[in-house]
Amino acid sequence: MDADKKRIMNILIGGEAGQGLVTVGQILAKGLVRSGYAICVTQDYQSRIRGGHNTFAMRVGTDEVQAPQEAIDLLVALNAETVGLHRNQLSDQGLIIVDEALEIIDDNNTLRVPFKRLSSDQYTNIAALGVCSALLGLDEGVVSQTAVDFFGKTHLEIVEENRRALEESYRWAAKKNVAFEKLPFIDDPPQRMMMNGNEAIALGAVAAGLKFCSFYPMTPATSIALNLARWAKEMGLIVEQAEDEIAAINMALGASFAGAPSMVGTSGGGFALMAEGISLAAMTETPVVIVIAQRPAPATGLPTRTEQADLEFVLHAGHGEFPRAIFTPGTIEQCFELAQKAVHIADLYQGPVFILTDQFLADSYRAVIPFDLNGISPVQPWSTKGLKFSTPYRRFAVTDSGISPRLLPGLTEHLVVADSDEHTEDGHITEDLSVRTQMVQKRLKKGTGIRAEVIPPELQGEEKPDLLLVAWGSSKGAVEDAAATMRARGMRVATLHFAQVWPLVPELFIDKMQEAKEVVAVEGNATGQLARLIRRETGFHIKDMILRYDGLPMTPEFILRALKP
Amino acid sequence: MVTLEDYGQYETAWCPGCGNFSIVEAVKKALVASDLEPHQVLFVSGIGQAAKAPHYLNANVFNGLHGRSLPVATGAKLANPDLTVIVESGDGCNYGEGGNHFLAGIRRNIDVTLLVHNNQIYGLTKGQASPTTAEDFVTKAQPEGVASFPFNPIVVAVAMQAGFVARAFSGMVDHLSELIQQGIAHAGFALIDILQPCVSFNKVNTFAWYKKRCYTLPTEYDPRDWGNAMKTATEWGAKIPLGIIYRNARPSFGERIGRGRLVGRETDRGVLGKIIKGFQ
Repeated sequence: MDADKKRIMNILIGGEAGQGLVTVGQILAKGLVRSGYAICVTQDYQSRIRGGHNTFAMRVGTDEVQAPQEAIDLLVALNAETVGLHRNQLSDQGLIIVDEALEIIDDNNTLRVPFKRLSSDQYTNIAALGVCSALLGLDEGVVSQTAVDFFGKTHLEIVEENRRALEESYRWAAKKNVAFEKLPFIDDPPQRMMMNGNEAIALGAVAAGLKFCSFYPMTPATSIALNLARWAKEMGLIVEQAEDEIAAINMALGASFAGAPSMVGTSGGGFALMAEGISLAAMTETPVVIVIAQRPAPATGLPTRTEQADLEFVLHAGHGEFPRAIFTPGTIEQCFELAQKAVHIADLYQGPVFILTDQFLADSYRAVIPFDLNGISPVQPWSTKGLKFSTPYRRFAVTDSGISPRLLPGLTEHLVVADSDEHTEDGHITEDLSVRTQMVQKRLKKGTGIRAEVIPPELQGEEKPDLLLVAWGSSKGAVEDAAATMRARGMRVATLHFAQVWPLVPELFIDKMQEAKEVVAVEGNATGQLARLIRRETGFHIKDMILRYDGLPMTPEFILRALKP
Repeated sequence: MVTLEDYGQYETAWCPGCGNFSIVEAVKKALVASDLEPHQVLFVSGIGQAAKAPHYLNANVFNGLHGRSLPVATGAKLANPDLTVIVESGDGCNYGEGGNHFLAGIRRNIDVTLLVHNNQIYGLTKGQASPTTAEDFVTKAQPEGVASFPFNPIVVAVAMQAGFVARAFSGMVDHLSELIQQGIAHAGFALIDILQPCVSFNKVNTFAWYKKRCYTLPTEYDPRDWGNAMKTATEWGAKIPLGIIYRNARPSFGERIGRGRLVGRETDRGVLGKIIKGFQ
């Protein structure tokens, strides 16, 4: 690639549910990834199977793309409503692709496509894909192969008809002399995967030794379990759809108690039902990973949109006092790494560990360097190597670290007894209050170890900046992108991203905040939950906040508009 | 050889005369008769007086939350099918708080044995109505008498064609023990509803009350006849049938999914690598 030929642009495909826009979006996104471009996908859909207005947007770039963009350069409208809703987002050089049969006011920036002539009705979406691919300058063969791979499992004649619709429309558009700047061609594209947050979490957990997942379907977390279910047979996992979320967490605890590293996936409402189980995991010191893909609440809220408003809920869920870790990945790579870390921390410190994501990250496809499996070390709770314990075996033996040697039931002659009641070292119910005090201290002591393994917040940009943007979880890309824009304008801006929000270790970040002239928290909620937590833990008061709670992901434009730099 | 001594003898927190004592005795006898060593057995219980039972014998124990023993037992059995998993809890725990799990457990036909101490009252919380308490029964929580119709676990389990459905009475220890042994041997979900008196809070359904009504099903009774089992299941009142009311040979959940033991299974990096490649 020509080094100075850099380009970043935004494509939005809009239409009704049932028009196949996700299919087109996924094939186009993967075609772009295979051609060497970076992508960041934002899926905005309504909670319905047919109708409504849905969009599949992808920001594409020759370099890294880490955040969505609001301005649209290529608007693919599968219906007239899409044009009406998004025309005002069109950039100066932007182009609208629309069916010529639709009654759209003819604009200079509109390409009217004779879809009826290029394909049968059923394949309009694929024809739109062909037109798009030609305009972007993608290789016809690459896109065609991507489509074939995508449809690979359906009937051959459907594959063939899709391919034909794709070719016809690609060639039609390629012959048209459309004023739209193609993407710079990338020679010898690097190998990249196309992956979203939920896929990366599922993979990370399996790479760390996950063997059991129970779940109750809830958007936007469901696809974590669906991915695991897809691999269950070949990887030897069990994925069980439980009768409710209460069953899901308890089933995971049962499996984990018996020695299968376990995980549950849910969203806020389902997690609310799991709260008692979280406390049980802590009391019985049973490892479990809980993934909460956030969506706007209270209650059912906006089921298919995004938000970052459950930090405080997850931090405090479960009655009583016990240590926990909360990971908040900001990228697909972090989803993979932190899912592994979560499984390890749960196994080592024997309790609940949380991964907090949201709909945006869960559904956001990105181009990712294929994961290297050489470094993985799956947990083996059944291994007794190096395990020291006295007999008779006491599951909750008090130790300096608070971590008791863990045996599994049935694998040795030693008996493993766990109780949700306060218990003695051997796991049996007790009302001896001095034992109670000792056990509280033992459980809390594990927090010291968890704290020592905390991931420090990541600082990007200037030291001692004029402006420090503080973010957590999926807002990472948006703040870093906005900061880069401001730095390009000569401003001294830095970002501080928390990929783990609990435990908070002030020594790891407080000086960065104190050294900045101005600190602004950027969060996808209405009250600034991380800012409040930081103040509680450090006394540092972040007064300025940029908060988004309309159900859409944080974008660089949103931040820049709020800052008015 | 496994002996009763292997299962130990413990002091309990129960009232003198409680039906729980004889149930624990029957459980121990059944385990010995099944030639199971304590470490091969996992008891899962919830909350209630009955849920304390596993603390009074030697075995692996997970004493979890109120109503949630079946999901825990399901997870444990799937992780390690070699464990003999027994759920032991009361009528409130299994039929009230855990009602949904009771239905799901039957549907899955998970290979666990469910022992329900059914005294038709809440003992731990001092005498409120349970799902099986009779209509018009007066308690401090229901001073004008229970207005709801009682839950009949046997009818529900037989209607859902649960793998093994039996009823026992704590006053007939050997019969109960024999049923528990058969329940353990059954490769699928086995419900044993155990009628028992609560000497402190149920002054109606006393030892004598049960003794007068309970009878064992005759040897010629065929528990594989579902139609007849439904009829037998509805029998409640002047006469209460004990024994295996219904059974079938439906494959268990574990058999159906055929995944084997999860515990001890290494992560296959080769397959994982292939899955990752699929994302390119």
